Amino acid sequence: MRMTVGRCRSWLTAAGVAAVWGIALCTPSTAETPDPNRILVKDFMFMPNSLTVKAGSTVTWANMDDEPHAVVSNTGLFRSGAMDTNESFSFKFDTPGTYHFTCSIHPRMVGTIVVQ
Amino acid sequence: MSDDSSLQSRRNALKCLAYGGAGTLFALSGGVFTPIDLAMAASDKQSAAKLGKPLFVQISDTHIGFNKEANPDVNGTLTQTIDIVNGMAEQPALIIHTGDITHLSKPAEFDLAQQLFSRLRTTEMHTVPGEHDTTDPTVTEYFNRFGKASDNKGYYSFDHGGVHFVGLINVLQFKPGGLGTLGADQIAWLTADLKGKSASTPIVVFAHMPLWSIYEPWGWGTGDADQLMSQLRRFGSVTVLNGHIHQIVQKVEGNMTFHTARSTSYPQPVAGVGAGPGPLKVPSDELPKMLGITSVSVVKHPSSLSLDDKTLA
Repeated sequence: MRMTVGRCRSWLTAAGVAAVWGIALCTPSTAETPDPNRILVKDFMFMPNSLTVKAGSTVTWANMDDEPHAVVSNTGLFRSGAMDTNESFSFKFDTPGTYHFTCSIHPRMVGTIVVQ
Repeated sequence: MSDDSSLQSRRNALKCLAYGGAGTLFALSGGVFTPIDLAMAASDKQSAAKLGKPLFVQISDTHIGFNKEANPDVNGTLTQTIDIVNGMAEQPALIIHTGDITHLSKPAEFDLAQQLFSRLRTTEMHTVPGEHDTTDPTVTEYFNRFGKASDNKGYYSFDHGGVHFVGLINVLQFKPGGLGTLGADQIAWLTADLKGKSASTPIVVFAHMPLWSIYEPWGWGTGDADQLMSQLRRFGSVTVLNGHIHQIVQKVEGNMTFHTARSTSYPQPVAGVGAGPGPLKVPSDELPKMLGITSVSVVKHPSSLSLDDKTLA
């Protein structure tokens, strides 16, 4: 398993570090354009909680709460570690399929990524 | 407190005082665990002496690493807590920490927590992890430091002063959308652990998340705790402790006392108020009141709880 965890200015840079395992905790840019593959974590919810992307896409979760959240794949494919306020986590989905995830700190928070 | 219907005390005049903020002291008094007011124990040596030798102090939810508005100085409030414990006329034999030692499972947070704990005059500390202690990608930071007692399983038992202590982990096997989980392996271990124990052995069970359902929509409970409770009912004195919800909720059911501790870090909303169980922001001059002292008394049969708030402000 190869993972990259750390703070960075651009999640794109870190997401490109590994072809399969591109994982980064980052500080989101304030001036970015809306990213269709972005999931806001706010008020103890994933918004949206279901997202469909093309294979090879990188999905980013951004925590906007004062409480930390941690994104964990139900199959163990990815695990963000704790994202504090204004931190984010990205994962690149190379293989089509349905991926369920939860917040390991607040397990009632659940979501799904569908990769086509 | 809404659970007065199920309250039944083994002794007609069991008097409990529980408080938070500064931690919770439990003394074994006539075979019944009595949580007593730490501040009182520190300031009133006669009252503390009447309760016998303090057995342990429960500290919970220190959240080292938290630095938001709800409490920018969690190191300071933990230090205050430790000063109170160290100032007790008689030192407790044990410290039990019921999890969320750190906020983000970072190595530096664990290191700082251990450095702060090292000031405790009572050196024997037993811990269980909270979900904030197990968010590192490899889930190793907690176990590298505190895993020895449980052989890295997270659950273990020990005996002290004739009391059987059981530490459980209910923060690893979350079911999506569900509650904390103990899991079949842990329950099988517990069954073997309790087998052969005399019913007169006082039992203390401690975990991070509540082992009784307090508010399921926020995950304040443990899905398979019933399998634990069914094994504990035969014992004459059972005390079930947890943290997680940063506020005191207590109930007494038969011979079992359930008690959730307050945090030393920041308050959380009461069940169901707001978006979720996050840090409750209060004006800085209000914080000492939120971390203040609440006394819970169980009075004569038919039992009822009376709450008496005493703040640090």
